[in-house]
Amino acid sequence: MSVILSVDGLAARHGLLQAVRDVSLEVAEGETVAIVGANGAGKTTLLRSIAGAHRPSGGRIVFDGEDVTRLPAHRRVKRGIALVPEGRRLFPELTVEENLRVAAGVRRPGRWDVDAVLEAFPLLRPLRHKRAASLSGGEQQATAIGRALMSNPRLLLLDEVSLGLAPVVVDGVYRSLAGLIEGGATILLVEQDLSRALGVADRVVCMLEGRFVLEGTPAELTRERVMEAYFGFRRSAA
Amino acid sequence: MTWVNSVIHGILLGGVYALLATGLSLMFGVMRIINLAHGSLALLGAYMAFLLVEHAHISAYLALVPVLPGALVVGYLLQRTMLERSLRAGVLVPLLTTFGLLIVIGNLLQEFFSPDVHSLNPGSIGPAAWRITSRLSIPAFDALILGIAILVLGILQLVLTRTQIGRELRATAADPDAAELVGVDSRAVYARATAIAVATAALAGVFFAMRSTFDPTAGPTQLIYAFEAVVIGGMGSLWGTLAGGIVLGVSQTVGAQINPQYFALAGHVVFLAVLVARTILESGGLRVRLGLRRVAT
Repeated sequence: MSVILSVDGLAARHGLLQAVRDVSLEVAEGETVAIVGANGAGKTTLLRSIAGAHRPSGGRIVFDGEDVTRLPAHRRVKRGIALVPEGRRLFPELTVEENLRVAAGVRRPGRWDVDAVLEAFPLLRPLRHKRAASLSGGEQQATAIGRALMSNPRLLLLDEVSLGLAPVVVDGVYRSLAGLIEGGATILLVEQDLSRALGVADRVVCMLEGRFVLEGTPAELTRERVMEAYFGFRRSAA
Repeated sequence: MTWVNSVIHGILLGGVYALLATGLSLMFGVMRIINLAHGSLALLGAYMAFLLVEHAHISAYLALVPVLPGALVVGYLLQRTMLERSLRAGVLVPLLTTFGLLIVIGNLLQEFFSPDVHSLNPGSIGPAAWRITSRLSIPAFDALILGIAILVLGILQLVLTRTQIGRELRATAADPDAAELVGVDSRAVYARATAIAVATAALAGVFFAMRSTFDPTAGPTQLIYAFEAVVIGGMGSLWGTLAGGIVLGVSQTVGAQINPQYFALAGHVVFLAVLVARTILESGGLRVRLGLRRVAT
């Protein structure tokens, strides 16, 4: 499998706060990688830096053999990176269909269009002409994922897709994700829920205070080891 | 009958204000920029048409053919070179930038065209009117302007709701960061919005110049009326802008019917009344909510 995303020594800050410190990561085509970690570990900032929504203070991001570190977000979407942002960030006054169509403006060829998204998320079909603001959390999340798919991305970044949703709704969202993964999608996702992350990913990375502290396949990692890294018990003990 | 007459004239005058206010409303709706140079840009359009009429000897209507595309280019460059940088510096900076632009345009027009008063020839439609009764007549040219204002607003509305450019504009207006993340170049969208706004300003300026006289200082006066129309109609709403323009126009003509001196004053009074009424309604709503909470606890 060829490497599609390669992050090298990435650093990102919010003012004086160093959110991401010297992070390196490679994602191969067709792979699903989950990033886990506590609140404030730098997961969202890392994802936003890869998507181009946050300007990194150091390091390099190479996508599909090309250095994209300095490219603005909309140019990265054209190259095939799409982010489903934390909190969904739909356009509230636009209808579901309009939310989807906005993202089709980059005109990347591929199998995703409005009909394909409605096929993959059947719950959206009756809501097609409803304003996004009037949808429930789960419906909004489905729309947000569908919107990201509309640009036919080669790499899909998902930031906390289960946040603020009822467990039964999260089950639905993850069932759709499983469908995407079977279809060969490359996914990098941030997830607070450890068992969900272990269940869906080929590889899990644990982040603590801006750094990667543990990495492995779900088979190699026990819950206990991840929990240690998650909260940094080992470091504080040493 | 004279009252009916003045209401009809007020509605038609509202079309003039609405046409000028459209671009102001669009820029505020999309970028939250209050473009203080909007009236001056309209005036610039009028002077460009005046140049063409004087030197190329074409009619003012034909002058729109080169003036409108020119205004699109001016708007695009204005956004890309000045307003874009201003926006990055915070919400108040574009206000200062456009205020500076208002002064610069006014002085440049003074320099090149002298303070003389000019007018553009509207052709045979200018003095024409439909005479309903001896005291009730509808000026054809004003009706034409109202028609154009409705047409421009209707086309804009269609573009906003039916086209990809429109969807990108509305998405960027709602959340520029999220729009970037779905592949929308927000700076290009902003430049397009300003280009359209300046073109509608030039269109309004040329018709204003055919309707009455103009001189290099007319920009700010026109800006005030356009701004009042936008505020009365609700900031950033396109059809609200038309309604706001008509409310303003009717207040002015009805005021003038009471006493010719009250023309401008009546408009300002209604504008202030709408502002005060909104403030009271909002704080009143707040008090009701507080009252309910007190009952509940």
